[in-house]
Amino acid sequence: MTAQATAPHIGTTAPASNLLLAVDGVTVDFDGFKALNGFSLTLDRGTLRVLIGPNGAGKSTLCDTIIGRVRATSGRVIFKGQDITHLPEHEIVRRGICRKFQTPGVLPGLSVVDNLMIAARRDRRWWSSFRHGVAAEEKARVADILETIGLADRAAAPAGQLAHGEKQWLEIGMVVATRADLLLLDEPTAGMGPAETSQTAALIRRLVGQHTVLVIDHDMSFLEQLDARVTVMHQGQFLKEGSVAAIRADADVAAVYLGRAKEDTHHD
Amino acid sequence: MDMSLRKNTPLSGPLAGIAFGRSLAVPLAVVALGVLAPWLVSAYELNLLARFLAMALLAMGLVLVWGQGGVLSLGQGVFFGLGGYAIAMHMKLAALADGDLPDFMVWSGLDALPWWWVPFKSPLVAILGVVLVPGAVAALFSWAVFRRRVGGVYFALITQALALAFATLLISQQPSTGGFNGLTDFQTLMGVELGTPAAAHGLYWLTLALVVGVFVALRALMASRYGLLLRAIRDGENRIRFLGYDPTPFKVVAFTIGAVLAGLAGALFTLHAGVVSPALVGVVPSIEMVIWVAVGGRNSLAGAIAGTLAVNLAKDGVSSAFPDLWLYALGLVFVLVVTLLPGGLAGLVADAGAAGLGKRLKTLIIGEAK
Repeated sequence: MTAQATAPHIGTTAPASNLLLAVDGVTVDFDGFKALNGFSLTLDRGTLRVLIGPNGAGKSTLCDTIIGRVRATSGRVIFKGQDITHLPEHEIVRRGICRKFQTPGVLPGLSVVDNLMIAARRDRRWWSSFRHGVAAEEKARVADILETIGLADRAAAPAGQLAHGEKQWLEIGMVVATRADLLLLDEPTAGMGPAETSQTAALIRRLVGQHTVLVIDHDMSFLEQLDARVTVMHQGQFLKEGSVAAIRADADVAAVYLGRAKEDTHHD
Repeated sequence: MDMSLRKNTPLSGPLAGIAFGRSLAVPLAVVALGVLAPWLVSAYELNLLARFLAMALLAMGLVLVWGQGGVLSLGQGVFFGLGGYAIAMHMKLAALADGDLPDFMVWSGLDALPWWWVPFKSPLVAILGVVLVPGAVAALFSWAVFRRRVGGVYFALITQALALAFATLLISQQPSTGGFNGLTDFQTLMGVELGTPAAAHGLYWLTLALVVGVFVALRALMASRYGLLLRAIRDGENRIRFLGYDPTPFKVVAFTIGAVLAGLAGALFTLHAGVVSPALVGVVPSIEMVIWVAVGGRNSLAGAIAGTLAVNLAKDGVSSAFPDLWLYALGLVFVLVVTLLPGGLAGLVADAGAAGLGKRLKTLIIGEAK
């Protein structure tokens, strides 16, 4: 698993047929401010990638663009060989991409198990919501995920009553429950302590292989535990890509982070 | 582990224990009392009760739209009016010989029936129109608005504008709508003489039966997966969208059901009151409808019925004794409910069951240390 995560092209099939997502020269222009500026990225099936970069580098905008929340001014997003750049959001999700938001996006009024059931449901067309019954396979999957995220004994509790870290896990569970091929996890360890962070890293590493995972995070110790290939963004553009160790040692990356740190001290 | 989706329905918890219970004793007793009402109260009181029960149909629709769907509509009067006018137009035409025009059209100098009146000669068209016209208008309108992702306060304002426009249109098109006076003076409905005690009893029981039927149906709908998703959309529309659901049709369905119930309510009200007019469908009545539900509890069907009956009984009492005071009293009630009782009467009953009424009153008066 570790070898696969650090070397995404490993495997028996050719890299081309293994391609899941290609972000192709995407620019997102917010009234003159280019949050993404001709950015490109490819992800192979079953791999884990970590995206880092200083605040404002465009990491969340990239996730937003892939999922259709923000529309590319130019460039394309290709998923499973099809152009999804202009599809409605729910259509993009149905093709197999699901995103965890920065602030936990659980449904507070619904129970933990109902949150997962809604996510796990395969038939998401409105008229099928009048049908009774839940597929045994969906139930089994939800029970399985409840165990994995450690919330089996809180299944009936309203999601709004969970602790912050538990909400994060529940949302990761929801994203996984959709069976999406590509999981976008935006700061999955925000607000977590060291113990919870390493549990989350272990959880994410278990997902890799079955899913392709793109993680955005800042926490260096978390990145080391994920031990994945890292892409560095800066000002909406690609800066570097490499192993965690290589990125840590990289002078350009250090300059970007330090430069930003310096600017921040000037501003504050 | 219990994996049922049909848990935590809005009527579960202490309220269910008190108002409905595991046993059906309380609801059956209430319905039985309702069935016997023609022999228990005067003809005037029965007529009032029938009107209020008709309005309760609309109020239950608002529970679905506003309470469960989180969509505040300040334009339910429009759908109420569409239903009311549909049945009233039929009754005006049914009383006439072929080729004759309703009296108000003659007085306005019209020499032919407007084309959109013609289909309502048929009782079947009129009865279908009572539900289909408001339903179709609501579906098209809400689809156009929700797909553009207009919601919240903006949606409420648009619906209020709709109510204003509808009432203005009715008044301004006096020759074909009856104008400010509306439509009145009905004789028969499908050959049945209106105004006899038998007809009044029959219409009352019909209304009661519809209230019971709609209550049961909406309760099942709210407990279904559709209801769960509707509440989920209310609480986190974006999360639901990014789980692969399109929120628009869920909200359109709720809004349309609400409008159909409003149309039904309007038709029955028109039959009980013997009149439909712009004064019943404009901005103020539309806001009053929301207040019935706010008072009763916007997530409780039983609460909506109780709120409708309570507010309208109070209106009947207050406005006959002090006509000028009613709107002030209503405004005050609304402010009190919103600030002190967000769950309405239903919430009060639920809390009384959970914590004891005394404690709740104490909380109301001295506040809660939270």
